[in-house]
Amino acid sequence: MIRILVTPDPIDVATEVARVEVEGAGGIASFIGRVRADDGVSTLELEHYPGMTEAALEAVARTAAARWSLAAVTIVHRVGPMGPGERIVLVATAAAHRQAALDACAYCIDRLKTDAPFWKREVTPEGTRWVEVRAADAQRATDWA
Amino acid sequence: MAIEMLYFAWVREVIGTGHERVDPPAEVETVGALIDWLAASSDTHAAAFENRERLRAAVDQAFVPLDAAIAGAREIAIFPPVTGG
Repeated sequence: MIRILVTPDPIDVATEVARVEVEGAGGIASFIGRVRADDGVSTLELEHYPGMTEAALEAVARTAAARWSLAAVTIVHRVGPMGPGERIVLVATAAAHRQAALDACAYCIDRLKTDAPFWKREVTPEGTRWVEVRAADAQRATDWA
Repeated sequence: MAIEMLYFAWVREVIGTGHERVDPPAEVETVGALIDWLAASSDTHAAAFENRERLRAAVDQAFVPLDAAIAGAREIAIFPPVTGG
């Protein structure tokens, strides 16, 4: 069971994690990414490529589901403006045992950083700036190949 | 052959629009050649496309390298490296 959601609305963790508590799921792992207030960031804006974004997240989820025999996988990514402490992304994976769930969850968050067309812009006291790619993120994504 | 161009993030801001319909000549055969052709069309395109190493592309919603062919493409997007998650 794969669930992909790209939404301007806040992410409801309890509801999303409960959704992957399906039959056969002995272990569930989740990752939540939140907006940091580094350098006085007051707002984070997420732009994306509608249509391609959902397809890219679906491809990441499908690959993880097949590789780790997942019972369920959910990826929810927020778009639009959000403030410090708000949730940007949630990945939840369900498998028979914990290691598959944990590995699949790490895979999904690492891959979506390089495979899905999102762009972050930070609003700070000095003005707005587009977030630059971190080389470590690209390396982590390729390490899974 | 008309192509729907899409721009995102600072590429969109520098060009001043998120989408436009273009009709490049037949000798424009790759994404890179299309970028060259667009850069020659206006100062804002030239500014947005100045540093090719900072550009990424998708043809019909699939990531491609800049030397990818554009034959038959309906939608081509140009944008900076992605920064989601």
